[in-house]
Amino acid sequence: MTKPILEVINLGKRYRLGQLGARSLRDELSNLGKRLSGKSESERIATSDFWALRDISFEVRQGEVVGIIGKNGAGKSTLLKLLSRITEPTEGEAFIRGRVASLLEVGTGFHPELTGRNNIYLSGTILGMTRNEIRERFDEIVAFAGIEKHIDTPVKRYSSGMYVRLGFAVAAHLNSEILLVDEVLAVGDVVYRKQCIEKMKSLAREGRTIFFVSHQLDVLSNLCPRSIRLHKGKFMQDGATTDLVRDYLKKDENQKSSSVWEGLEGDDIAQVEKVRIITDGDINEHVNIDQAVEVEVTYRCLKPGSKLNASVIINNSLGSRILSSPNLPSAIANKDDWGYRDHPAGVYVSKMEIPANFLNDGLYTIDIALSTDASHTNAYLENVISFTVHDTGSMRKEFQHAWWGMIRPKMHWHTEKID
Amino acid sequence: MDEHLLMTESSIPYEIHIRKRRGLFTFDLSEIIRYKDLLLLLLYRDFSARYKQTILGPAWFVIQPVLTTLVFTIIFGRVAGISTEGVPGILFYLGGLLAWNYHATVLQATGNTFQQNLDLFGKVYFPRIIVPLAATISQLIGWFIQFLTFVVFYLYFVLFTDAGNTLTLGWNALLFPLCILQAGMIGLGTGFCLSALTAKYRDLQHMQTFIVQTWMYITPIVYPLSIIGDEWRWAALLNPMTMVVENLKHLLLGTGSFDLAGTGISIGLTLLLFIIGLTLYGKIERTFVDTV
Repeated sequence: MTKPILEVINLGKRYRLGQLGARSLRDELSNLGKRLSGKSESERIATSDFWALRDISFEVRQGEVVGIIGKNGAGKSTLLKLLSRITEPTEGEAFIRGRVASLLEVGTGFHPELTGRNNIYLSGTILGMTRNEIRERFDEIVAFAGIEKHIDTPVKRYSSGMYVRLGFAVAAHLNSEILLVDEVLAVGDVVYRKQCIEKMKSLAREGRTIFFVSHQLDVLSNLCPRSIRLHKGKFMQDGATTDLVRDYLKKDENQKSSSVWEGLEGDDIAQVEKVRIITDGDINEHVNIDQAVEVEVTYRCLKPGSKLNASVIINNSLGSRILSSPNLPSAIANKDDWGYRDHPAGVYVSKMEIPANFLNDGLYTIDIALSTDASHTNAYLENVISFTVHDTGSMRKEFQHAWWGMIRPKMHWHTEKID
Repeated sequence: MDEHLLMTESSIPYEIHIRKRRGLFTFDLSEIIRYKDLLLLLLYRDFSARYKQTILGPAWFVIQPVLTTLVFTIIFGRVAGISTEGVPGILFYLGGLLAWNYHATVLQATGNTFQQNLDLFGKVYFPRIIVPLAATISQLIGWFIQFLTFVVFYLYFVLFTDAGNTLTLGWNALLFPLCILQAGMIGLGTGFCLSALTAKYRDLQHMQTFIVQTWMYITPIVYPLSIIGDEWRWAALLNPMTMVVENLKHLLLGTGSFDLAGTGISIGLTLLLFIIGLTLYGKIERTFVDTV
């Protein structure tokens, strides 16, 4: 059996927190003073060390497309920096058996004064290609970026879209066995993103190994059959991306479904006890686009007389906030008996309705907040529940392609013949 | 079966081993050779991007030494009356600047490499030494224009003035590119050291101009080494640029005499400075992105 193309063994990276940031000679001298005046070595190290990544081991076989999942600070970017040799690990080692191209930004090394043509060569050689390899692929790169007419224009005159397309085109045509990609798809428009994903899929079909870091869970599930999950710098899970994404979105290990949360979260004034997603009277994590959805919050008032109100925040799968709705008299469409009113001690159930034909299809997560006097936050539950809106085809009798936008309400239209 | 095995091996030509590197000297020459195309493109970038935005373009390389020489001629030649060893002052100063300016521009172009390339170094790996190497070579373009200026003035003095009698060129004049090579190595070696120190202590970048200025006055450009007394000669030789400038003027203008021991010391110091710089640079490049 051949060796894995990527082999990571106990990899770890430590940062010295107190020393982050280049120091000035003056700071250094005053530090020296402190050191001489008796602070022990161990004392200083203990307070300033931070492991961004530790004990990471895994293998990737040739032709695999592997995603990395994890929250901010999980160590995703650090891992990518180590594998692309931008910085050295503190401990452990890794073997990469093949040429690596790392794509940590689009347009790496582009110089604004140079033309598109010159920048293709410059960026390509910075990323590790030879001039001959670039010459062979030159026409392909230009065609992929769609900038034939502007190839001899300095890139400082490019639109941001053209710039990004050209940058990705160079990287996507690198002659390397392994591609390390970080969030590159986060920039650019929807058409560009689709083009990128298609390109990466075709690279994978050619037997290229791709290592992909993204916050966009839908892109990850679309592209990577396998994923590795990191949490606070530690290895957490390795397996099918669909399973990992599902687990990742679950907040609590014990909860039965992503559409119900039960627990106690809050302070001595008020606490959230339960959050549920309800469609047609049932708890359901799968919702049709033409169904109304209710977000139900159960909370307890502990301090009589508190002016409580619940808030619902809806996020899409990219982490963007779609809307937030606090139950305050001036901020809601109807009249509510309890929102921002004095609560006697007891248990309350608030329901907010998301109308049918309002959200686009996709995965949504919900944050819940409970506040006193519309200013003090008693509880904030981030990504506490999630649900998926499915396209039923009720709005797709005519149009079949990707539907742009964060929301998909049916709007009013009026057309007149004026001539 | 065998064929399959062969194919796998050929499609994966090498293995990259990522680990904390130990030891002082970690440069991989074969890797630098593999990136030779990058060196060429960086040269092209340095050259074309630099002059597109300036009005006078490469003319600066003529104007700057000529103006400096003019100032030197008035202040050190006329006012202070410092000896130029029987050579016309203008040629004496231009000759000295021919070695000095290359050294100084290399030092200035490479002395803050890490800070200046922060974005690039933080996004992609390639042998970091390529950037200062390209900067060192691209300074030769400016140097060459300056050399042509020198040649024009030299021909003028030989053909149209009495100075032609004292100015003679021997075959050994062909050795003068070695002086330029040494000037470049001193500049790059110092640039390596300053880059490494500036990556750690950012306030040192303000020192660069001061270092270049002071260094220029302790190097025999506006005066001949011979006016320094024997008891202080050893101190002047601690500056490796001293013999570079002296030797260049000796080869091209016939001033002074060749000092073998002094040149040996100068070459030794140059190599020492270069190796120390390379080592420091190599040590900082491994993890410097962590400290910004």
